[in-house]
Amino acid sequence: MSDFIQIWPGQASDYAHSVDLLILALTGLIIALSAPVFILIVYFAVKYRRGHKADRQHPMNRNVWLETSWALIPFFLILVFYVWSTGLYFDLHQPPANAMEVQVVAKRWMWKFQHPGGQGEINELHVPVGEPIRLNMISQDVIHSLFLPALRIKQDVLPERYTSLWFSADKPGTYRLACAEFCGTDHSLMGGSLVVQTQADYAAWLEQFATDNTLAAQGAGLFRTLGCSGCHESGSTRRAPSIHGLYGRPVALSDGSTVVADAQYIRDSILLPNAQVTAGYPPIMPTFKDVVDEEGLVRLVAYIQSLGSASPVLPQGVAAGTLAPQNLAPEGTAP
Amino acid sequence: MSETVTGRGGSEEASREETVNETQSERVSYLRAGHTLRSWFFTTDHKRIALLYLISVTFFFFIGGMAAGLMRTDLLTPQGDVLSNEGYNRAFTLHGVIMVWFFLIPSIPNVFGNFLIPLMIGARDLAFPRLNLLSWYIYWIGGLFTLWVLLAGGVDTGWTFYTPLSSMFANGNVVMAAAAVFVVGFSSILTGLNFIVTIHTLRAPGMTWGRLPLFVWSHYATSVILVLATPVLTVTLALIVAERLFGLGIFDPALGGDPLLYQHLFWFYSHPAVYIMVLPAMAVVSELVAAAARKPVFGYWFIVFSSLGIAAVGFLVWAHHMFVSGMSMYVGAVFSFLSLVVAVPSGIKVYNWTATLWKGHISLDPPFLFAMGFIGLFVVGGLTGLILAMLALDVHVHDTYFVVAHFHYIMVGGTVSAFFGALHFWWPKMTGRMFSIGWGRLTALFIFFGFNMTFFPQFILGYLGMPRRYHVYDPQFQVLHVLSSAGSTILGFAYLFPFAYLLYALRYGKPSGDNPWEATGLEWTVPSPPPKHNFDEIPVVTREPYDYEVEKEGGA
Ligand code: HEM
Ligand SMILES: [Cu+2]
Ligand SMILES: [Cu+2]
Repeated sequence: MSDFIQIWPGQASDYAHSVDLLILALTGLIIALSAPVFILIVYFAVKYRRGHKADRQHPMNRNVWLETSWALIPFFLILVFYVWSTGLYFDLHQPPANAMEVQVVAKRWMWKFQHPGGQGEINELHVPVGEPIRLNMISQDVIHSLFLPALRIKQDVLPERYTSLWFSADKPGTYRLACAEFCGTDHSLMGGSLVVQTQADYAAWLEQFATDNTLAAQGAGLFRTLGCSGCHESGSTRRAPSIHGLYGRPVALSDGSTVVADAQYIRDSILLPNAQVTAGYPPIMPTFKDVVDEEGLVRLVAYIQSLGSASPVLPQGVAAGTLAPQNLAPEGTAP
Repeated sequence: MSETVTGRGGSEEASREETVNETQSERVSYLRAGHTLRSWFFTTDHKRIALLYLISVTFFFFIGGMAAGLMRTDLLTPQGDVLSNEGYNRAFTLHGVIMVWFFLIPSIPNVFGNFLIPLMIGARDLAFPRLNLLSWYIYWIGGLFTLWVLLAGGVDTGWTFYTPLSSMFANGNVVMAAAAVFVVGFSSILTGLNFIVTIHTLRAPGMTWGRLPLFVWSHYATSVILVLATPVLTVTLALIVAERLFGLGIFDPALGGDPLLYQHLFWFYSHPAVYIMVLPAMAVVSELVAAAARKPVFGYWFIVFSSLGIAAVGFLVWAHHMFVSGMSMYVGAVFSFLSLVVAVPSGIKVYNWTATLWKGHISLDPPFLFAMGFIGLFVVGGLTGLILAMLALDVHVHDTYFVVAHFHYIMVGGTVSAFFGALHFWWPKMTGRMFSIGWGRLTALFIFFGFNMTFFPQFILGYLGMPRRYHVYDPQFQVLHVLSSAGSTILGFAYLFPFAYLLYALRYGKPSGDNPWEATGLEWTVPSPPPKHNFDEIPVVTREPYDYEVEKEGGA
């Protein structure tokens, strides 16, 4: 509309268009269901107002068929929308396997983004147009929520647990990015922008902020300086299980259960090593709780991820997913 | 059975000598049965306790309202000139805590339920009159804690107390605020219990379940929720305090807790609690619509079972507040479906009310205007609930002003309008005096328009992506915020009007007579104001509820 007052938010993806279509259609149904109520109340209030002559002859006050139909017909109509909207929501929870992964760490009151090539940014997220992006998110303190209105999506960001959000923006531009979950004093300042760029601009941006090391390479450095390699990389696997090809594989635990080694498992193993001990190994690993911060963990996970896995595992329907390691390095290739 | 402590009726010094023509009914009414403070503060008369509650909830309504006024003033500009970020957070937290637990939840049940349930079922009091008084005292202990929190600088967690923010990070008076809500919960539980027992055991002869006024049925459903849901909140708050004070790891994952557990527990209480706030309002509106149309309510049993249905299914939808919290998408799909189911009984009620007006003799006196306002605003609130229950739509509008608008339409547009409707409808019964009809109508219209102007723009703000609980906002939202603040000024003044003309009516109003609206219901058969023990003789009920035609022919 005009600049003075905006009444419809901009759309930066196909998904946003689908959501808008859904809400407009549903609003249409809602108006159809409620208009009779509004119109009839006013009409009755005028026509049958007290002291005004009108034909008030009517049969009894009971009509089971009428009652049942005005309860059930709207309900079935609404169910059509239920199926439609649930379908969109499921799409939102199933990232394509080739999505480019960006790591997100939230803390009071800022957003930190880490690109696979090692580029980091605060409160600004640059992404290439037309490419599926998967944000792998964790909070360092309380619950936050990453909200991208132009894409019609948001996802809570939890402490100690990865959640993810994926999208594919198809219109270059700068859009708002906000925290939607109340997180304390400066909650309303915890925002920034999403910058959707053409492939060329994005490649140039990556170039400009290139660091010496990719995220995985930074993780490899940490892996050595923190001393992880002492046990896990010593050539023998007697003291500790190898991390090569670990990512995405099922791991047998000493309590007889099996877990899939996703980002969450790796993170938990670093912080709470004795909670889930790999079968056949003594519980001797110390915790790195006070040694490594959330961003360090992101790097370590990226490193272990880069060491590959037998086959990528994409858990269906859960927020924390994984992706195939070959997507880690940004080739700048357009799909 | 319900002997009162007010044995001092003898010392009757006509302290209200100046009052215009004290009527015969007034002279022997519950209002004149004892003039001492003691006779009020230690009364076990449900009608007096109802008045104590009326004054109390009105007091908290104004404190909560002042916090809202402060916020709306602050939101006039994007950077917020009145409060600091922290101050704003404390303002909306207190606003929410006070409005939810100290106004909305107790408002209609404890004032009008208390006053009317015994009168409507033909009883002399509630089943446990002393317990009734105790719940008022417990309410005030909770209330004093809240005022203490206010004076001590407030609390900054939001009314939802999400962890780990509330348990490990917030620096306000979290423990004291949790204690306030913890305590007031017991008041709710006792009231609910009292109503359930009363409705089961004290119905007059002939007052079968099928003859109960819908007001009583709906309060019955409310009481069941109060008794079953409130203890969950009580326990949850105790766990927060345990985590905050003793570092017990329950909710904070850093201590080994589960960050989503709190939300499940909180909404397991708080979704049913939203029905605690709206079922009594529906109770009022069912009475008002029938009285407005002077016709039996259309589909009595459908309305009864929709109340019970809401109470039951309302327990199964809590996770619709958590669609973006990181739970599995299959859980989301189940809760989305159940949330659509719970909308059905609400829809049934609305259509039945509309059908009741058909071919009625519709009065446009103030109580009925409030009732029609309720229907309109509740419909908007309920239908936007459908939008929120749709997963893909909620992902976008969750935690935005869209949600704020949704629940204000129901809880302020709906419940508060019904509260005012009830106040105008039963004011003559409670006080024996009629107020100015013209002012009443004007107020109803102002509230309706002020409300829409305040909250409709918030739907648009929300869809545009304005998050809730934001002190500083993007300048693109300013026009809509200014509109909303302007509306809230009208709304605020409209809420003040009744103060003037209702209190004026106490002294200068015309005596109302026993049944000024010519309505059915046992409460209209006793004098206005009713005598201390309601009925000289317990009535025997022989008629269906809302038998309006019959009454007209009999000329009663
Ligand atoms: C007609 C059926 C209703 C449906 C389907 C419905 C649906 C919803 C949904 C899905 C939400 C969560 C939105 C979000 O946070 O993203 C919500 C929020 C809310 N609803 Fe409703 N609702 C309905 C009726 C009611 C009623 C009757 C009340 C109150 C009397 C109510 C009060 C609230 C409140 C207080 C919140 C937000 C609480 C908060 O986050 O602070 N709703 N509703
Ligand atoms: Cu935040
Ligand atoms: Cu709910």
